[in-house]
Amino acid sequence: MAATLRELRERNRSVQATQKITRAMELIAASRITKAQTAALSTLPYTRELNRAVAAVASYSDVQHPLTTEHPNPRRSAVLVITADRGLAGAYSSNIIHKADDVFATLEHEGREVVTYMAGRKGISHYQFRDRPMAGSWSGFSDRPTYPQSDEVANQLIDRFLTPYEQGGVDEIQVVYTRFESMLLQEPRVRRVLPLHVVHSNEPGDITALYSFEPGPEEVLDALLPLYVRNRIHFYFMQAAASELASKQKAMKSATDNAQNLIEQLTRQANQARQSQITQEITEIVGGAAALTGSKE
Amino acid sequence: MAESFWVEVVAADALVWEGEATVLNATTTEGEIGILAHHVPIIATLAPGSTAEVLTSDGNRLLTAVDGGFLAVSLTRAAIISPYAQLADGIDIDQARSDLRSLQAKREQGDNSAETEMAYRRALAQVKTADRLEAHPSSH
Repeated sequence: MAATLRELRERNRSVQATQKITRAMELIAASRITKAQTAALSTLPYTRELNRAVAAVASYSDVQHPLTTEHPNPRRSAVLVITADRGLAGAYSSNIIHKADDVFATLEHEGREVVTYMAGRKGISHYQFRDRPMAGSWSGFSDRPTYPQSDEVANQLIDRFLTPYEQGGVDEIQVVYTRFESMLLQEPRVRRVLPLHVVHSNEPGDITALYSFEPGPEEVLDALLPLYVRNRIHFYFMQAAASELASKQKAMKSATDNAQNLIEQLTRQANQARQSQITQEITEIVGGAAALTGSKE
Repeated sequence: MAESFWVEVVAADALVWEGEATVLNATTTEGEIGILAHHVPIIATLAPGSTAEVLTSDGNRLLTAVDGGFLAVSLTRAAIISPYAQLADGIDIDQARSDLRSLQAKREQGDNSAETEMAYRRALAQVKTADRLEAHPSSH
């Protein structure tokens, strides 16, 4: 038995209301992506200058610094997982959590102890539910990270890295985040932030100029590398934010499209129901009239 | 007219200023340094909570509050690179002074968390910069 006309119209209205919401969310996500991209662009000069400076110091001497010291046999690794604060972003958070689980499994398989750091409410609640201990967690800024916020995360990670192993320090730090390739493609990635791996580039230009350092190369490096690491971590947060917004926009767009299909289908059903109701009424009237005239004769 | 060179003042989240300049003065952890065109390439750490001064080619004087970071001079250009850089025009001096006072009080009460220290250094940089602007509004 088909649904009644009234029921169909009610469902239609409710789907329309939902569609309005999803469309609004789609538009909001779209406008925020633009903002996120502008924010990402405005950090480029800083990143470029830091890279130049690191290259300059590295070309001057063999870089020997606690932050670049590779442990031959890492025993304990810290993993920072960057997830979203809110849902309604398709598979964004679950993709990153899958990736993180892979990383945890690989590291544990290699016999390392894993220390988990979590950013984003989705990841926090996921792992809290699964009783995974977290050394640190942050939330509330997944879609618009600022420098002070990512600095706080970075400082904690750097501190942990510089702590000796015996006192709970870690031998390496990895970040699991989602790289923003394009509006259509965002990919979960794993990157090691510490220890830093300094690559000597053969890039031509004034980088190879003979620099003098004040107070000295070691002190410059001491100040430079933490800034570099903080900048990397901020970069990962911004990439994750752009990816989150892009996933959200995509998810909301398909929700809006689905709602549109549903509305069309429900409208058609409602029209059919109305037609058949009218037909039935006419039949009843005609039948009734026929019965009346028949009884008079 | 002194020869000019390209200068950039870069904060963590923005390019604060870029352009041709004739002189660049900054406070490094070793002391004051003045950069003219064709200075030897140098990378120096900037003092926390200090001021950088740029004399632009068109005769303006540009003061910037900075907190740590670097002065990087290469063969072709010079850059002030700091996690925090704020132009003097953007500083609300009254706000900065009152911030500085309250932060100072906090420190005296034994609060020496990284956050307070950072806020203190930045407020100090702002006050220093604004004072210098007032002291010689048009020294150039």
